[in-house]
Amino acid sequence: MTSLCARNLVIPSRLSATDLAVASGELVALVGPNGGGKTSLLRAIAGVEQASGQVSIDGQDIEALSEARRARLLAFLPASREVAWPISARDVIALGLGARDGQRIDELVLLFELEALEQRPVNHLSTGERTRVLLARALASSPRLLLLDEPLSNLEPYWVLRLFEILSDFTDQGGMVLVALHDLAKLNGFDRALLIAQGRVLQDETPAKLVASARFEEIFRLRAAPGGWAIRR
Amino acid sequence: MRILIAFVIVILAAAHLLLPLSPLAEARALDPGLARLLLVELRLPRTLLVLGYGATLGISGAALQALFANPLASPDISGASSGAALGAVLGGYWLGLTQPMTLAACGAAGALAAMALLITLAGRRADTATLLLAGLAISLAAGAATSIALALAPSPFAFYDAFDWLMGSVVDRSLPQALAALIPAAFACLLLLRRARALDLVALGEDVAASLGHRPRRLGLEVILLSAIAVGACVAVAGAVGYVGLVAPVLARRITRGHPGQAMVPAALIGALLMTLADLVVRVIALDRPLPIGVVTALFGTPLFLYLIVRMRRGVAS
Repeated sequence: MTSLCARNLVIPSRLSATDLAVASGELVALVGPNGGGKTSLLRAIAGVEQASGQVSIDGQDIEALSEARRARLLAFLPASREVAWPISARDVIALGLGARDGQRIDELVLLFELEALEQRPVNHLSTGERTRVLLARALASSPRLLLLDEPLSNLEPYWVLRLFEILSDFTDQGGMVLVALHDLAKLNGFDRALLIAQGRVLQDETPAKLVASARFEEIFRLRAAPGGWAIRR
Repeated sequence: MRILIAFVIVILAAAHLLLPLSPLAEARALDPGLARLLLVELRLPRTLLVLGYGATLGISGAALQALFANPLASPDISGASSGAALGAVLGGYWLGLTQPMTLAACGAAGALAAMALLITLAGRRADTATLLLAGLAISLAAGAATSIALALAPSPFAFYDAFDWLMGSVVDRSLPQALAALIPAAFACLLLLRRARALDLVALGEDVAASLGHRPRRLGLEVILLSAIAVGACVAVAGAVGYVGLVAPVLARRITRGHPGQAMVPAALIGALLMTLADLVVRVIALDRPLPIGVVTALFGTPLFLYLIVRMRRGVAS
């Protein structure tokens, strides 16, 4: 069942008119070369100011909603993990909730194993630790759709695997996840993969079919080689 | 903590209004009406002005720091205060405007011009060095232009006012003057306070705020415009007072556990407290001429400013 419905998304000079439909429970990867438009597509769905187009989730147009209702529908983790102020990890997670809900924060602290860090200012944490705090912030409001920009970068191997578990629990409960991704080796963990380059979605397949396609090799300037990839010359 | 600060403010404000007590007692012995006149016409405007100006500097400082994501952004360092002084001086001494409200508008226009220049020079998410240098350049230029405007003004006495404009003064202001500063400032500050949540979310990045339906660019314009109106109106009546708008938000964020938007309310309280305290010091030091209030705030503020720079050098933002 289609749950996210985005029409005519445009960010001038970044993303050409794009339509996208995602069903409940889908874990979708966005792959493509640097500057190709992965981040722009996520930002356009999140509804940043430069973007135009319509985004509806479960039939509700997000533009028309209050902050609290919008937070229940979507959450965005930008690629920048910078937090300018010395706010404690616990308080950062609380920013994801409209009203303070100690129990929900405790659940997330437990889920992302932040017990030892929760009182520390986030701008003193390592980038990987901060990523976990910000992921917890994004999940806090239990949104329908997660938009994650490079969530795996800076994470240690344990947390890469843990995050996949957390995300598949999330999709099992009907949630949708869009992940901008660089590490092609991780593609197999996804239900669906979009190839994005030159500001448009070029292909939309299962990861296995996408990786096997000629277009994929051409866009990435790679060729399949034993045990991974080699540069295509 | 907030209640404690509010309590201290009430005590300080009462002290500011009533001290020294002897003139009031003497006037009361002569005629109770005279004592009332003294209190309402002479002392009350000054008390209201220090409280309101201090609160305005606290709120606008906190909002600007949240917006620029930088603990050094403030009405004085962004050049807004100096720009406002220049605007008010040009309006008052060159255009011959006398209405307090019109002068407040000139102050706001000057502050806005200074901040527009800052954004043009440094850009929104400027790094600390760029922001400081650009703000400093604008402050110095506006200060010099204010001095020139006063020196060349048609009135031969204008230059004697330079100190008041550049360092601030709340001496002998009338009730209409105080209201001309405080009414626009109060409006602007209330609108700024409504943006507390959005400014807290901007701490996670503009895109996160936008994903929750806020509009960061519009927020930025709003904060700059409203701060310019609030600070400009106060400066047009009481001159440019430094440091309060820088220090109050830094202390306030200690209370709000780092949240920059929520810090606006405690920053207002702390700003009002600092300003009242500074003016009490001005009155206690009995010189045959009034000491500008900005001299006292600078004396208190400089050590804290230096402490902040040292902390930032160690990579810990306040």
